[in-house]
Amino acid sequence: MTENKAIWQQTVALIEPFNKKEVPLTEDTSFATGLEWDSLTVMDFVAAVEDEFDISISMNLQAEIETVGQLVAVIEKLVNEK
Amino acid sequence: MTDLFSKFDPLIAIRKEMLSHGGRDPFSVVMEKVLSPTKAIIKGKPVTLLGTYNYMGMTFDPDVIAAGEKALKEFGAGTTGSRVLNGTYQGHKACEDALKDYYGMEHAMVFSTGYQANLGMISTLAGKGEYVIIDADSHASIYDGCRLGNAEIIRFRHNSPEDLDRRLARLPKEAGKLVVLEGVYSMLGDIAPLAEMVAIAKKHDALILDDEAHGMGFFGKNGRGVFEELGLEGQIDFIVGTFSKSVGTVGGFCVSNHPQFEILRLVCRPYVFTASLPPSVIATAEASIRKLQKAHDKREHLWKNSRRLHGGLTEMGFTLGTKTAQSAIIAVILPDQEQAVAMWQALLELGLYVNLARPPATPAGMFLLRCSLCAEHSDEEVTEILAMFKKAGQITGVLAA
Ligand SMILES: Cc1ncc(COP(=O)(O)O)c(C=O)c1O
Repeated sequence: MTENKAIWQQTVALIEPFNKKEVPLTEDTSFATGLEWDSLTVMDFVAAVEDEFDISISMNLQAEIETVGQLVAVIEKLVNEK
Repeated sequence: MTDLFSKFDPLIAIRKEMLSHGGRDPFSVVMEKVLSPTKAIIKGKPVTLLGTYNYMGMTFDPDVIAAGEKALKEFGAGTTGSRVLNGTYQGHKACEDALKDYYGMEHAMVFSTGYQANLGMISTLAGKGEYVIIDADSHASIYDGCRLGNAEIIRFRHNSPEDLDRRLARLPKEAGKLVVLEGVYSMLGDIAPLAEMVAIAKKHDALILDDEAHGMGFFGKNGRGVFEELGLEGQIDFIVGTFSKSVGTVGGFCVSNHPQFEILRLVCRPYVFTASLPPSVIATAEASIRKLQKAHDKREHLWKNSRRLHGGLTEMGFTLGTKTAQSAIIAVILPDQEQAVAMWQALLELGLYVNLARPPATPAGMFLLRCSLCAEHSDEEVTEILAMFKKAGQITGVLAA
């Protein structure tokens, strides 16, 4: 759980530069409907997450992630598998 | 129940807005007559064609047409069958032989379109637990090939060897990997740093597929593509191409030296589950490929045309997709849809057809007027094209008057 919190904070920090509308972030915030990101923003953001945590998030996996909470869970899983 | 079409409402709204200022719809042009590789009749008026990808002007080559007519008479209008059943005629074999000679490679497989070649190769080569690594600006057929297959898909930043290296390094060492590259990226006409990319892919033991759709015919001494121009022969595992650009007809292919290549004919669904190309098409493709091999003067003239258009448009003050003429595609970047459509319409009124490209097909949400040159554009035609661009730029206010 503590690790999850650290990942949450790191993720939130990565979202910030892309969060142009300053949408408040919760676990349930959706990338598409909440943050209103287009596919180009998603691409840049995913690259930033991959580089920060040194993990690969394939497009297949990205398609299953809708919310910030789901992303954090995926990051945690991938970091633990390393 | 919601209307299945309601998801298209945003696009319908954009199109309404685009056409609300009057003028022609850039996506419903009809060529009433085609007079040559560079001239057609649209709405009763002669128009110079600068958006066809007919790079080598082979569509009206007399030898190509004669070959097609002969095959049409001798073998009929269509094959009515798959390549693996009743749809392989001697012409299909002869066409594959022409491709093997053209590329100096052991194996060639002809598909019904280039789109299907990418669909088939990518979805079949990489399976579950394996990886396909693609450029973010890849052609739709590459993206769709990824979706058709079961591999994990990883994207890297457009034309960035460092990003490719970083992403490959994160993947499991033992897993099979296919890196998909394009010699020329067709939206902006920029070419890939293939030498660096190929070295990185090899360092990580990945196989390489290179789509030379917009490079075949005029890059390299033999017109094989950008990889030949950059001295990478023998280093690409799979070269994919199309007959719908320089070759001047329709169809797609893959050539390779992989010893097990032939098994793909049985397992590649977009090859098996569709009818083969008609005999006339196959005969025109073969004749055209054989002629392209020796088309050295045409290649030179095409490059001259491309450099002249790029230089002229730059001088007028247009913003282009590349700093120099890297390919036979010159993309004019416009700030928004309104200006792009206005320019496109003004050019057509003056007698010039170019391609309008808009998001999501374009990178970074750009609006482009895509020009593709032809080896059959004469020096005078290029001069006229430049004059039309200047006039259209002034009429629309894109250029300062
Ligand atoms: C890079 C690239 N690959 C593949 C294709 C597909 O070619 P075809 O027109 O033969 O389906 C195209 C053309 O649209 C292309 O630009």
